[in-house]
Amino acid sequence: MNRHARTTDPFQTLARLQGALASASRPREDGVERTSTRSFPPVNIFRRGDDFVAVVELPGIDRSDLDIEVLDNRIRIAGRRAITYDENYSVHRRERLSGQFDRTIDLSVQIDTEKVRAEFRDGLLAIHLPRADSDKPRSVPID
Amino acid sequence: MTERELELQEKQELQTSEEPTRGGIYYQPYTDIHEADDRILVSMDMPGVGKGDVEVELVKDVLTVVGRVGHDRYEGMRPVHTEYNVGNYMRRFTVSKAIDRDGISASVEDGVLTVQLPKIKETAARKIEIG
Repeated sequence: MNRHARTTDPFQTLARLQGALASASRPREDGVERTSTRSFPPVNIFRRGDDFVAVVELPGIDRSDLDIEVLDNRIRIAGRRAITYDENYSVHRRERLSGQFDRTIDLSVQIDTEKVRAEFRDGLLAIHLPRADSDKPRSVPID
Repeated sequence: MTERELELQEKQELQTSEEPTRGGIYYQPYTDIHEADDRILVSMDMPGVGKGDVEVELVKDVLTVVGRVGHDRYEGMRPVHTEYNVGNYMRRFTVSKAIDRDGISASVEDGVLTVQLPKIKETAARKIEIG
């Protein structure tokens, strides 16, 4: 292996991400309005170029218990988390919560609802929210 | 019967006297511990942790479980609204002598890590016939 090659330290990258997340806790003008602050599930919204990605932590959710709806500038995440154990189990500790949730998030930009994609992997729901063309800045040619 | 509404749980940052050798914030995952006749079941919420990201280690009586979150999915993304931070997960448990150490197994699905701790099978009780 070339000793002089530059390699990215993966742990530096994670630490940087954590720093960015910690400092981005205030909503900015180019992003999202905070409609509800302390409700389940917690949502992080990222920007990738013109588009947005919402990442939601939903460990142990069944896909069939999850509903995602999009409107022009709003996303709705609703469902339930059912944690069940067989009857013959007795409880030593119970910290994980189960129940219903229904959350709507207003975005301050218009999204192209046709192109919205959602994927659910390892308990993380990622919703890709491409910006509507009508909402993108358009260059104005000068005569 | 209506189901109750889920409440938000804050992430618990790990307070430990030993520093993890790898950098970054560690969180203590929310955990359920249940017991059946033949085993103890430990279920931990670790969203973002996949199959290859888990380490389970038993040293003396202490079981250490670590789940690492990938950060690749965040490549090229800039946070604009954050409600939770992202970090690895770690939790330690003391395991009783009644556990069959060789039989400890762990699996992860949809961001939930389950550790099975089988109990040592006791010798079967001898049935006494009544004459």
